[in-house]
Amino acid sequence: MKTKVLKSISYFIFPLFVLLFFSINNAFSETNDAGTQPNKKEKFNAGKMIIEHVVDNHEWHIAEVGETVIYIPLPVILIDNGKLVVFSSSRFHHGEESYNGYKLDAEGKIDKGKYSGKIVKLKEGTESEVASVPLDFSITKNVLSIFISCLLLYLIFISIARRYKKRGLVPRGFLQSSLEFILLFIRDEVARPIIGEKKYEKYLPFLLTVFFFIFFTNLLGLIPFMPGGANVTGNIAVTMVLAIFTFVITTFSAKRSYWKHIVNTPGVPWWLKLPVPLMPIVEALGVFTKPFVLAVRLFANITAGHIIILGFMALIFIFGQFSVGAGYGISVVSVIFGVFMSLIELLIAFIQALIFTLLSALYFSMAIEEHHEEEHVH
Amino acid sequence: MKLITPDLGLVFWMTLSFIILLFILTKFAWKPIIKSLKQREEKISDALSAAEQAHEEMKQLKFSNEELLKEAKEERDALLREARQVRDKLIDEARVQANEEANRIVESAKESIQYEKMQAITDLKNQIAVLSIEIAEKLIQQELAKDDKQDKLIENFLSNINFN
Repeated sequence: MKTKVLKSISYFIFPLFVLLFFSINNAFSETNDAGTQPNKKEKFNAGKMIIEHVVDNHEWHIAEVGETVIYIPLPVILIDNGKLVVFSSSRFHHGEESYNGYKLDAEGKIDKGKYSGKIVKLKEGTESEVASVPLDFSITKNVLSIFISCLLLYLIFISIARRYKKRGLVPRGFLQSSLEFILLFIRDEVARPIIGEKKYEKYLPFLLTVFFFIFFTNLLGLIPFMPGGANVTGNIAVTMVLAIFTFVITTFSAKRSYWKHIVNTPGVPWWLKLPVPLMPIVEALGVFTKPFVLAVRLFANITAGHIIILGFMALIFIFGQFSVGAGYGISVVSVIFGVFMSLIELLIAFIQALIFTLLSALYFSMAIEEHHEEEHVH
Repeated sequence: MKLITPDLGLVFWMTLSFIILLFILTKFAWKPIIKSLKQREEKISDALSAAEQAHEEMKQLKFSNEELLKEAKEERDALLREARQVRDKLIDEARVQANEEANRIVESAKESIQYEKMQAITDLKNQIAVLSIEIAEKLIQQELAKDDKQDKLIENFLSNINFN
């Protein structure tokens, strides 16, 4: 039992060392870059490094060894005035060059960082004047991560579903046993008690999909290298889409009493409703704040976790700038705290997935609740 | 700013991926898995109730077995008792019969002894009579050998006869 725990801890320490290594390379390359420009020696910017790691990217950065950057160029798909333009992101040379008039503003240099990280169409003959911003449907790092998560979910759960058919109803093996346990937990502790015995089955597939998507993606995000490392559930676009799904399902399955509750909230003094419809406004706002909060909560939690771990790693290089010894010295502390944070993140990966699922289930149950009306009739 | 502004492309791909994920997992994973889990739960509860029923039946069986055993014991006891009674009765009867037979035999023996005795006595009597006659004959022969005795006897006879 103890050795198992140690073993699992070592699984997390190893990736952290790898992360540390990558970061060192990164830092060296930064100083190398600075070396080519002797007048403007670029300092290590912790904030910039962290944000670069947390936001989406058009290429999948793996490592930098000396001056050569190891990365996977991802396809750029643009819709420019109704025309589909597809090319590799390696054409941008990390934002340093433009291709066919398109430029990736990686560093946020154009128009005071207005187009930071975006692909813009430049005016012909210029290098920094923006003509238009094409619609960007590129397969970015996060998009690829989403695909990887989905693929993983397909492989795992379809194989588990087949196992029940082939090997009988007894779960065997770590994957089937543990995931079945979580699945039953979602069914018996979330869906069934919150939504109710009669209707929970209708919402169960969505809840399970949301839960396992967030959970798997969170865990993948904790792995500091390819195929993980992308901050997918810490991206507002992703959490927004998930929250919109919850919102749409809630709205479309809403019964009469749900709307009645918004227009005429029971149990509230009349003067909060009549001359000025204060309560209805608050309730109507609540319809939209619920999914909004759902999206922000997941985004903020996961991003914060990533930022904290990256912050600890950044400490190493901040101290390293004063003296190399201090950098190595602080690295011990940083790695210990990094491991600690990773363990907490592991917990958060589960908790946030559970909270999203739980609250979604709660909103569904509020939407389909009917007994309020009956109570008033009696 | 990039951190909190959703990218259109990512929103598009995420929506597409999630719809496909929801559809495929629902059809090929969640429904079969949940169906199997339900089947398993039903199987378990069925098995449990069957076990309970079997247990109950066993109890009943054990109870009836005990009852049977008790009955058998009682029957055996009764049979034994009866057999003992029959045996005693038979022995008694045999004893009585034997006594009777013995008595009868003794009686008949006594009778035959009596009869033999009587016969012997009769024989003896006859023998004695014959002997007496023979003796008397011899006596008479001796008495009447002399003439005067003959005359005296005749005289005696004649004197006893009454000539009337």
